[in-house]
Amino acid sequence: MRDVAVVGFAQRQMKELDGSPTCLELLVPILGELYQQTGWTKSDIGFWCSGSSDYLAGRSFSFVSAVDAIGTLPPVMESHVEMDAAWALYEAWVKIQTGEVDTAIVYGFGKSSAGILRRILALQLDPYTAQPLWPDTVSLAGIQAREGLEKGLWDEAAMASVVARSMSDAASNEWAIRKGATSPADVLAQSMYADPLRRWDCAPVSDGASGMVLAAGDRALEACERPAWITGFEHRIEPIALNARSLVTSTSTASAGAASGTAGVDLAELHAPFSHQELILRSSLGLGDDVRINPSGGALTANPMFSAGVNRIGEAAKQIWAGTSDKALAHATSGPALQQNLVITLDSQKGN
Amino acid sequence: MAPTTESRVLHAPMKVEFDYTRSLGSVLSQFMSALKQHSVLGGVLADGRVVVPPPEFDPVTHLAITELVPVSDHGTVQSWSWVPEPVSQQPLDKPFAFAQVLLDGSDAPMLHAVDVDAPADISTGMRVRVRWAEETIGSIRDIACFEPAGDSETSGSASMDFGPPEVTGMISPVNLAYDYAASPEETKFFRGLSEGKLFGQRCPVCEKVYIPPRGACPVDGVPTAEEIELPDRGTLTTYCVVNVPFKGQTIPIPYVSAYVLLDGADIAFLHLILDIDAADVRMGMRVEAVWKPREEWTTSLDNIRYFRPTGEPDAEYDTYKHHL
Amino acid sequence: MAKIPAAVIGVGQTKYQALRADVSMAGLLREAVDRALLDAGVTFDDIDAVVVGKAPDLFEGVMMPELYLADALGASGKPLLRVHTAGSVGGSTAIVAASLVQAGIHERVLTVAFEKQSESNAMWALSIPVPFIMPVHAGAGGYFAPHVRSYIRRSGAPLHIGAMVAAKDRQNALKNPYAHLHNEGTTVESVLASTMLWDPIRFDETCPSSDGACAMVIASETAVEKSGITNPAWIHATQMRSEPTTAAERDQVNPQAGRDASAALWKQAGITNPIEEIDCAEVYVPFSWFEPMWLENLGFAAPGDGWKLTEAGETAIGGKIPFNMSGGVLSSNPIGASGMIRFAEAALQVMGEAGEHQVDGARKALGHAYGGGSQFFSMWVVGADKPAH
Ligand SMILES: [Zn+2]
Repeated sequence: MRDVAVVGFAQRQMKELDGSPTCLELLVPILGELYQQTGWTKSDIGFWCSGSSDYLAGRSFSFVSAVDAIGTLPPVMESHVEMDAAWALYEAWVKIQTGEVDTAIVYGFGKSSAGILRRILALQLDPYTAQPLWPDTVSLAGIQAREGLEKGLWDEAAMASVVARSMSDAASNEWAIRKGATSPADVLAQSMYADPLRRWDCAPVSDGASGMVLAAGDRALEACERPAWITGFEHRIEPIALNARSLVTSTSTASAGAASGTAGVDLAELHAPFSHQELILRSSLGLGDDVRINPSGGALTANPMFSAGVNRIGEAAKQIWAGTSDKALAHATSGPALQQNLVITLDSQKGN
Repeated sequence: MAPTTESRVLHAPMKVEFDYTRSLGSVLSQFMSALKQHSVLGGVLADGRVVVPPPEFDPVTHLAITELVPVSDHGTVQSWSWVPEPVSQQPLDKPFAFAQVLLDGSDAPMLHAVDVDAPADISTGMRVRVRWAEETIGSIRDIACFEPAGDSETSGSASMDFGPPEVTGMISPVNLAYDYAASPEETKFFRGLSEGKLFGQRCPVCEKVYIPPRGACPVDGVPTAEEIELPDRGTLTTYCVVNVPFKGQTIPIPYVSAYVLLDGADIAFLHLILDIDAADVRMGMRVEAVWKPREEWTTSLDNIRYFRPTGEPDAEYDTYKHHL
Repeated sequence: MAKIPAAVIGVGQTKYQALRADVSMAGLLREAVDRALLDAGVTFDDIDAVVVGKAPDLFEGVMMPELYLADALGASGKPLLRVHTAGSVGGSTAIVAASLVQAGIHERVLTVAFEKQSESNAMWALSIPVPFIMPVHAGAGGYFAPHVRSYIRRSGAPLHIGAMVAAKDRQNALKNPYAHLHNEGTTVESVLASTMLWDPIRFDETCPSSDGACAMVIASETAVEKSGITNPAWIHATQMRSEPTTAAERDQVNPQAGRDASAALWKQAGITNPIEEIDCAEVYVPFSWFEPMWLENLGFAAPGDGWKLTEAGETAIGGKIPFNMSGGVLSSNPIGASGMIRFAEAALQVMGEAGEHQVDGARKALGHAYGGGSQFFSMWVVGADKPAH
């Protein structure tokens, strides 16, 4: 495998973008920031890949106008996944591994506030036996949370402490939407919303976009003083049906984590849109208490669909660049109740 | 919602609505046909477990499921979540619970709604039974929802003889509502239209004039900026004659759909050509806008009803060939 | 670093037709997937990863349907990717699958692309009214017809060229049991006599709307050796290029992205004279006139000369550069799968498994797809021989 590193990252997140669902307004400055961070221009980039969803925008081919942000004449080598940009990053990493290119920019974007997100996401479910009931995202997470609560795998206090830590840590994250010093008692004092979930147990609906730069070998060193070298990059999927998998563990996260190698990780950015899901992820990855979790505040404080996953990777990379982590893990999720999961490990040192 | 001129960008409601027609295949046809007859079928997996709704393929052997067996319409709640604010088209339009219900005779719970008035009225382990819809058609919604059942109630185990499946398809209405917003650049263009003006913008890098203006010049990746008012006349570069009816069509066929390159613009846009026989339309023809009456103007491109020939001599091919 | 040689070892297709009322979406995909696995002599257990492609989710009304399909595709516990690059998606999906093998990440990747267009209406899904804009172009035909007119003006092509392409592709389709349209007796005259839909495009010069899926198993050099498959389709080169839908003075007839992609493709495949070195091509031609346009765009003919190859019969089976031996998109169009069908049919040719529409002695073939407003291109060259480089 080639040594490939994350060498640039920029993001924009907000509660509601008062602008076009193409998100060009966000992508143009994001790409500008990436060029500034790396000292590169468009012609330095070998491959482009984005992640977004037609159903979020409410129209077919919603990704098409986003390529305008790149400026694609002369044409570029470019691809798109109907997935979180974390998987676009995976495709870009694979492209670099083939040796065809040395650098790539990946971006994701989405305006979740344009529709009723928790209802739109019901369109992901089995179209014959589940979707016609319009089971919303929050209800599916609630069923998952209750199963763990009643089996004694976690309790309300553990969920509340995830929320409190996330919101408190997010206080210093300029892009977080829900933030501020919060104690577990503050959380528990909230009334139930979708029993067993309180509002703060659920990620806020968020709009946003983000971009990331990957580079191989010497190109990485040219763009970044302390690149975040990718030492493991794996993803797995499970059946969508809630009755076809364990809801209280995440076997896909566990196997992606095992294949990536979690040993020595000192920090983890986990994509958990619901508080109990962080608990599932931590145990599935076998992360000890000494591992710092979500110093950015995580998805509970801002969860822009189709970029929230890659944001975890960006936040982890920032910690490596800053020297505040030597080996970090980042995770992204997709699908209902943690159906599909991706794990990447980043290291301040090349190779293993 | 009427577009307001106060907001930073224009907003308008947008609906995405379609009744999808789904074919079911063998397993789901049997399942749906049974529901129509008030019976629930489970699929028998290779390991002997009975799963409701039946998967089409075995999760381990990957072979098609072939055996379906009736299970009870009574079951036990395994987990649940309260739905305080139901969204449109959910099984109940008042607060209810979504639950995993393990039907008697099955080995995996199914997801459905339980009709109770408050979270206090439902608990894991509670016995529930199917409440059938008033009219059953062969749909998962033939189960209107589940409702509490007495602990001692015996389940009505359906054992009936199913002939060839009666239901082989279903209709799935998908109705979504969005708040559509234009970009700031488009907003300037559309607001200009409401005053009968055509505002393009120049890219600060390549200096090409775009109409409508762009959030990013597709060549340079920067927003177009300097506003340029363009005349409402130009050259027809290329066109087609539309002779095919389609859903939502508002213009009688045949009509000419053409690229119009306004004088002073560097990009053409599509519009209608009328006031001329379709057979007489030509590439290079000079055209001008025909506007709706002023009192009908909105922030939309259809303020221009169509373009018509100006009567000027046609433009030379060389003057527009690089716009094709 | 060198790429690991990779090859197609199995191909599976469904029968393409307007409505597959007998299967669910999962059932449709499994028909193609099961055939590809059988053809490759492997089972789901041998597959390391799955790459799914399809065009807009609004066609079936399922958001990211690969999530629901994961288990039926045997992907549980494995990596699954979903590609969406508009009409070129079938090709880009195959390229992503190939990359996973060429990069040395996986030994065997299953890739599948599909569309079940009968679940909705493509023209609706592609033309949902957007506020403030006035839709006038009436679907894909209305979008592309003005550019076809530009091509005719620019090249001076005689008006019957489009009909020649349509008649040839429909005749070819008769030799392909999977093709959607089996219209016996289609001739240049009958095409010219068909209704003008989007002048200059006639009804018989347009593609149908189909249900269908196409799947391939792509294997590494090592996995090919283990497979016992003796006639794999080796992947010699892959390329993708994108450009904007609209831009000032963008060439919409002979788009630069297509020219750049093919130039890079020939270079990567070590090809200096494409028309001499490529034995046959499956090229995305949804409207008949795109055959001469793409002949030029791909470098098989000089700009303005593509129609001369068509007129001389050189794109028919037995000609210098046969195009769309399978009947092409003009005869079967499950949109999201159409690109992969081109890639798979190219593979079948060099495997010598194209049946009645086999080009004798085909050793090198092109698979091509494009999408959006002639702006997204994906293509590959496959060969009977292992690539030399
Ligand atoms: Zn420019």
